[in-house]
Amino acid sequence: MSTIAVSASSAIGHTAAADTGAPVRIAVRDLNFYYGDFRSLKNISMDFYDRQVTALIGPSGCGKSTLLRTFNRIYSLYPEQRAEGQILLDGHNVLSHDLDVNELRARVGMVFQKPTPFPMSIYDNIAFGIRLYERLPKSELDGRVEEALRKAALWDEVKDKLRQSGMGLSGGQQQRLCIARTIAQRPEVILLDEPTSALDPISTGKIEDLIEQLRSEFTIVIVTHNMQQAARISQFTAFMYLGELVEFGPTTRMFMNPSKKQTQDYITGRFG
Amino acid sequence: MDTVPSDNAVTAPSLPWRRVRRSRYVADRVLKIVCTLFTILGASVLGWILLMLLVEGVGGLSLAVFTETTPGPGTEGGGIANAIVGSLILTLLGIVVATPIGVLAGTYLAEYGRTSKLATAIRFVNDILLAAPSILIGLFVYLLMVEPMGAYSGWAGGVALAIIAVPVIVRSTEDMLRLVPGSLREAGAALGAPMATVIVKISWKAARAGMVTGVILATARIAGETAPLLFTALNNSFWFSPNLMGGVSNLPVTIYQFALAPYQNWRELAWAGALIITLSILALSVAARLLLRKDKAR
Repeated sequence: MSTIAVSASSAIGHTAAADTGAPVRIAVRDLNFYYGDFRSLKNISMDFYDRQVTALIGPSGCGKSTLLRTFNRIYSLYPEQRAEGQILLDGHNVLSHDLDVNELRARVGMVFQKPTPFPMSIYDNIAFGIRLYERLPKSELDGRVEEALRKAALWDEVKDKLRQSGMGLSGGQQQRLCIARTIAQRPEVILLDEPTSALDPISTGKIEDLIEQLRSEFTIVIVTHNMQQAARISQFTAFMYLGELVEFGPTTRMFMNPSKKQTQDYITGRFG
Repeated sequence: MDTVPSDNAVTAPSLPWRRVRRSRYVADRVLKIVCTLFTILGASVLGWILLMLLVEGVGGLSLAVFTETTPGPGTEGGGIANAIVGSLILTLLGIVVATPIGVLAGTYLAEYGRTSKLATAIRFVNDILLAAPSILIGLFVYLLMVEPMGAYSGWAGGVALAIIAVPVIVRSTEDMLRLVPGSLREAGAALGAPMATVIVKISWKAARAGMVTGVILATARIAGETAPLLFTALNNSFWFSPNLMGGVSNLPVTIYQFALAPYQNWRELAWAGALIITLSILALSVAARLLLRKDKAR
């Protein structure tokens, strides 16, 4: 499996890899995606690097969220959606049906556009994901909850009200709660689907700082509408348009010196 | 060219006022008055019923109503204690049977079978059951249980009430679960939770207040049902015995029998029973509303 990943590396992927030397964590090969009969991803092939932030940008409907939603197969909740091709996570095809989808999702965490705190206490929100796969004694679970909240820069704000409902937090706090919930499971990859588009600038800043810190531990893929955000926090950027990958490369090069005219037009705000 | 003289705006011809025809104002008024009148009419009929119940029922209320059993023909005094206890037991039996069936069926419709053909068929049948005349359900249970078993029984009464409560609970459970945002389910699934865990720990929890409200309203609905009990639990003029195999006295049938009786004390007891049952249903409805409001405020 892993040999396929290496040998099939696309030309675009190679140029990107040359810059950091980071190993490939997720390799996408000839990925096609269908909503019923509509083909919304067309032959996507690209690599995502270990402990790097990769931003997916492009106009609405270009398929960037769709691509993100294939990595943990969350699309499979909806019977009319299907993906074809390969997504190799450490050499294992995520789309293969012998792979347990729930275990996959525990390894590939996801944070959504709108904060989604569960209707339970702050503590239970974090413990929810841990309890699914690990049976820990109370003291150890307490430690994991605290660790996750600290990493999500939320601990100081909630340490005295862990038993209160997570629904009572502000929007920005709720989103950090969701990030804490995701990292508490100790995933390998974190998928962020426009995590700040529903937040005010201060909360957005906090989340961006957080992403910067999480990069040392996790491979991060983020979908964003905000190009400044992509420029600020990502090491790699992929520009998508109408279901196709137009250009992929190191963020600095993508923004300073894009090789495709479409990319340049989008980045400079001429369309999209 | 780029500075517009400000006095231009002042001298510009303004549109004439009063272009709206007078008849429109009249039509507006008339509709408002008609709607208000009919609202008052509807509400006052309801108020009249409640007032009559209070006036007639409070007169019949006494301690004996709650402590003594139903009197025989021609005897003085008496109460409806056996009917109150019997009603409580039958209603409880009905709701205990109906709740798991209703909640699980509603969960199937909202979570598993959103778009499946089976779910569409079940939803259709459930709506028919929701509107079915309760006397039909009484007859159905009569044929199903009373006739084969050879006796009116509390069990049959409980089953008949359960059949009336199930579609109410199915409907409210499905409606409440559909209000739970799909993003919450996705978030649960994204943590690697199997669907059953997402439903039990997240969807049910998020919809809990609404689902409990549905069960309370179903309880209120069956507490006052008469027709299905006529054919099943019938009545019993003695204290409830722990044996549900025989007829069980209950408020609705007692009211039905006593209200038409030629004895003054029976009619008074019927009024008292009617008042008790109405106030109980009112209390249940208020409780359901408070619960929902408290949940929204949270």
